[in-house]
Amino acid sequence: MKEGFRQSMAWLHTWSGLLVGWVLMLIFMAGTSSYYRDEITLWMKPELHRTAVTPVTQAMAADQAARALQKRAPNSERWFLSLPSGREPAVQTMWAPPAGEAKAKGKGKGRRRFEQALLDPATGDELAKARATRGGDFFYRLHFDLHYMPVPVARWIVGICAMSMLVAILSGIVTHKRIFKDFFTFRPRKGQRSWLDFHNVSAVLALPFHLMITYTGLITLMFMYMPWGVKVAYDNNDKAFFAELFPGLPQGAKASGVAAPLTPLGPVIAHASQAWGGAPAGRITVNFPNDAASTIAVTQQEGRGLSSDLPTLIYDGATGRPLPSPDAGRGAAAATRSVMYGLHIGRFADPLLRALFFVSGLAGCAMVATGLLLWAVKEKPKHLKAGRIGFGLRLVEGLNIGAVAGLPVAMAAYFWANRLLPAGLAERPAAEVSWFFTAWAVAMVAGLAWPSRPMWRWQLLAGGMLFALLPVLNGATGGAHLLVSIPNGMWALAGFDSVTLMIGAVLLYASARLGRATVTKTRLAGNAA
Amino acid sequence: MTVSQTQKAPQLRYRAGVALRALIAIFGGYAVAAAIAATLAMWLPIARLEAALTATMTGLIVYPCAIMWCFAARTPPRALGGLLLTALPFALLLAIGGQGAAA
Repeated sequence: MKEGFRQSMAWLHTWSGLLVGWVLMLIFMAGTSSYYRDEITLWMKPELHRTAVTPVTQAMAADQAARALQKRAPNSERWFLSLPSGREPAVQTMWAPPAGEAKAKGKGKGRRRFEQALLDPATGDELAKARATRGGDFFYRLHFDLHYMPVPVARWIVGICAMSMLVAILSGIVTHKRIFKDFFTFRPRKGQRSWLDFHNVSAVLALPFHLMITYTGLITLMFMYMPWGVKVAYDNNDKAFFAELFPGLPQGAKASGVAAPLTPLGPVIAHASQAWGGAPAGRITVNFPNDAASTIAVTQQEGRGLSSDLPTLIYDGATGRPLPSPDAGRGAAAATRSVMYGLHIGRFADPLLRALFFVSGLAGCAMVATGLLLWAVKEKPKHLKAGRIGFGLRLVEGLNIGAVAGLPVAMAAYFWANRLLPAGLAERPAAEVSWFFTAWAVAMVAGLAWPSRPMWRWQLLAGGMLFALLPVLNGATGGAHLLVSIPNGMWALAGFDSVTLMIGAVLLYASARLGRATVTKTRLAGNAA
Repeated sequence: MTVSQTQKAPQLRYRAGVALRALIAIFGGYAVAAAIAATLAMWLPIARLEAALTATMTGLIVYPCAIMWCFAARTPPRALGGLLLTALPFALLLAIGGQGAAA
């Protein structure tokens, strides 16, 4: 550009941020809530709120679960078990229905659906049948697969937005003359200056997080975005690359057809745990149970390291003897990739660090939101001087309302749908999701049709009320409310209710604040007249 | 010429310049990043898995930097020239490697 370096970077920062800002808002909000994916899912299954499970040893939980699976799916090709953890006290099980059975049911084509059940770790009995919901998985998928479109298309859109965000962050950093001072600068009630300060504070305060999360986000899907390194190194043979990157089972393992009873899981898990210096086992995969060629893969529980590639040990399913394990000798680049991946998904984080990630994610939302608002605030005086609001500004203001104030309404609508739709409704998960998009569409259309200050207030008020009343709704529709969850130490539920209460309070405060602060508006209008 | 026409002409030129720069940045920047990634994957003297991963992760850093260069350069032709100059050695290395593989 013809001006200096700093000005051209400021220009790039503005436009690379603005053009993708509304999608980024969705990605940030959905991604931030995904840090509490399990907790959201639990909240959305109130049938499980009252079941207290007695903690038992992992070996015992595994043996009980295996016994239950022997009854329900002895001929399945594959079982998956997730042993109890701090965040999920029950045993999660999934199994592939036998090939013949699936075909008979007419599900033969495409990927087979896994059956699943939540088991009591002490008895192996299935826990109360909970309502069908996608729970926190909806936000997790929405975060990079969007919705209503083919997955590859969505991932390219998300990738382009993420790259644009990375450009916005990097160019935003270099435009700053005094980044350290911005840490401590906030001048409230000064119109545009205050928005700029708030944008700076939310961006600079969590800058390492923003940079990390954007770059590592691109890393998670990098083989799609930048496949050329792999193509050259592996002569276009992507399969060979992935087989080396994720050394799992020997390719094309088959059942022998010779029956052999499955070895008890307890001793296998104890052996694995000992090999890891006492670290607990997490996921267990049993391939071809009750076959002579059966194998058991035991993966370490999350929370012991940053890497997303967790140590895995393989055992012979008939004898329980250890087999050669795949993940010996990983190189520096492979370790780097898996740590970046692990950092992005944050599954390793303990409660405090997880909360910090969540707050940083919220700061990211605030950064995107204030950036979007700042553009409109800066642009407005020019339009007022000209005597009419131009199309561009009107569009941006409408989209801002729909994204910044409308998305919380949509998220809350999803939670309300979870409790208000009848528990036995057919296609229930899809119905919940359609509440999210219906609410969002209404907010967007209303925002675009009336991009005004009262519209901001109304939508913030609606989002605030819907969020703040979620703890009440929880208690009223069969969930464990705060007076039950706190005394009983059900921290996942207590956390959900108190966080939604706080989010509601912030939105309500914003709505009320917008009602009071009409001074700047009248002053601007006065200047224009 | 009316007043509005004299104002419109530079405005249009400015916009065309921005569009040109954006095209160079988006496609040219990606091409440079891809060329560097491919070259590193081919020439890094480490195991091919390691080389492929290092190359890909580097490419994702090169791309945003290339985009920033395109908007920092004084004129669009200079932006393009800078990209070409950067890509040249990598393209040469790729060509040499490709011939070596073919022979």
